[in-house]
Amino acid sequence: MCLLGMTKTVLKNLFSGPTTERYPFVAKKFLSGTRGKVDIEIEKCIYCGICQRKCPTAAILVTKEPKTWAVNRMSCISCNACVEVCPKKCLALNVKYSACAEKPYQDSFGPEKPHA
Amino acid sequence: MSNRTVIPFGPQHPVLPEPIHLDLVVEDEKVIEAIPSIGFIHRGLEKLVEKKDFIDYVYVAERICGICSFIHGLTYCMAVEEVMKIEVPDRAQYLRTIWSELSRIHSHLLWLGLTADSFGFESLFMQSWRLRELILDIIEETTGGRVIFGSCKVGGARRDISSAKLDEIMKKLRSYQAEMNMIGEVFLNDVTVKHRMQGVGMLSKADAKSLGAVGPMLRASGVAMDIRMMGYASYGKIGFTPVVETAGDCYARCKVRIREIDASIDIIEKCVEMIKDGPIEVKVTGTPNGEFFARSEQPRGEAVYYAKANGTKFLQRLRVRTPTFANIAPLLATLKGCQLADVPVIVLTIDPCISCAER
Ligand code: SF4
Ligand code: SF4
Repeated sequence: MCLLGMTKTVLKNLFSGPTTERYPFVAKKFLSGTRGKVDIEIEKCIYCGICQRKCPTAAILVTKEPKTWAVNRMSCISCNACVEVCPKKCLALNVKYSACAEKPYQDSFGPEKPHA
Repeated sequence: MSNRTVIPFGPQHPVLPEPIHLDLVVEDEKVIEAIPSIGFIHRGLEKLVEKKDFIDYVYVAERICGICSFIHGLTYCMAVEEVMKIEVPDRAQYLRTIWSELSRIHSHLLWLGLTADSFGFESLFMQSWRLRELILDIIEETTGGRVIFGSCKVGGARRDISSAKLDEIMKKLRSYQAEMNMIGEVFLNDVTVKHRMQGVGMLSKADAKSLGAVGPMLRASGVAMDIRMMGYASYGKIGFTPVVETAGDCYARCKVRIREIDASIDIIEKCVEMIKDGPIEVKVTGTPNGEFFARSEQPRGEAVYYAKANGTKFLQRLRVRTPTFANIAPLLATLKGCQLADVPVIVLTIDPCISCAER
């Protein structure tokens, strides 16, 4: 039988700070392995479209003419599939997440004027 | 005969994170009968096999449940691998075992928190979830996701864990274990907690068997049955003995889960000792043709995946039986005759995961 089993924990809590992160006053620390948002080094991309075909959620749109590479941030599930298949190794998953938004939005890249 | 009243319980209820609806027929404060209804969140994920090819479906399988996500993905992969006669490399099997056990620890800690919350012990709830967060950090570091691991694929694993990292994980787990045991002590020895759980929601060994209970619900009634005993992934190599309790009440179910956390840490330790360097995946070529029943032990009990393929890249049929679905019948039996105030605690002791029961 124990009546005050939590006493030790309670005392410890009294003398230590809160466990939760003090966001936004303290910046969020990201762990090294986190799958956040997908980043592209657009100069290396050859617009082959393999990533588009392998993406399970059809979040990527690649066009050869004009040369654009776009990702729908809200469809992307950060699964890493595109990173694994890219022949030029120009994709990578950043540890940071993409920004919140009210509506689906696309991030477009490319030397020519990217479509909206 | 006193008056009978029907009290609706759920689908939205303060203690229930999951939408199950129970019509409780009560006489004064005593529950005479409980009539369940489910179907609030059917998502049609089984039908989706016709649209997603068998490699991509792993992502969907993982999303069947938000807590035992990894083991869903694993069981799906096991079914497809068996159909395609793929030999998964040893290292991948060990990694899968480690991740399965990590997901068991985090699921049980989540359950402990929810249970503490159901009888109003808020600080215990927060402490359990604080510890769970530490486990989630390990998971995030090794797989990249907190609850959707995304690290299992047909033919092996997507990520490797270096041996230095494995040792570090083991050290961390051992240090967290002391804290978890402290929380466990409160669950098992605290007078008020015992008062709420001991002798409540009894399920006899015979009933547990005949009603088809699975997981901790079954093992708390004295039946030593755990699918890990069949030796899938690398459980066969490391040797596995299930955790069994005999009392069959809510307290025994809680005890099984607390002891399973320790057992999981031991399993991870064995895996870390035995894991050898090697490839983590094999190349998958061709398409599946055939059918297979894959079974695995999730934190909540046995999950069954039936996959039928016809040689195209889309499976013809996928059927999933989740542990919560199997545990609903025993739950109704345990609710008969209990006090109305005990209903939340009893419902929680099956660790309901209705979203995955409905898929
Ligand atoms: S697979 Fe790589 S190179 Fe090809 S389009 Fe995608 S990002 Fe560009
Ligand atoms: S991470 Fe996955 S979902 Fe996101 S763009 Fe790449 S393949 Fe598509």
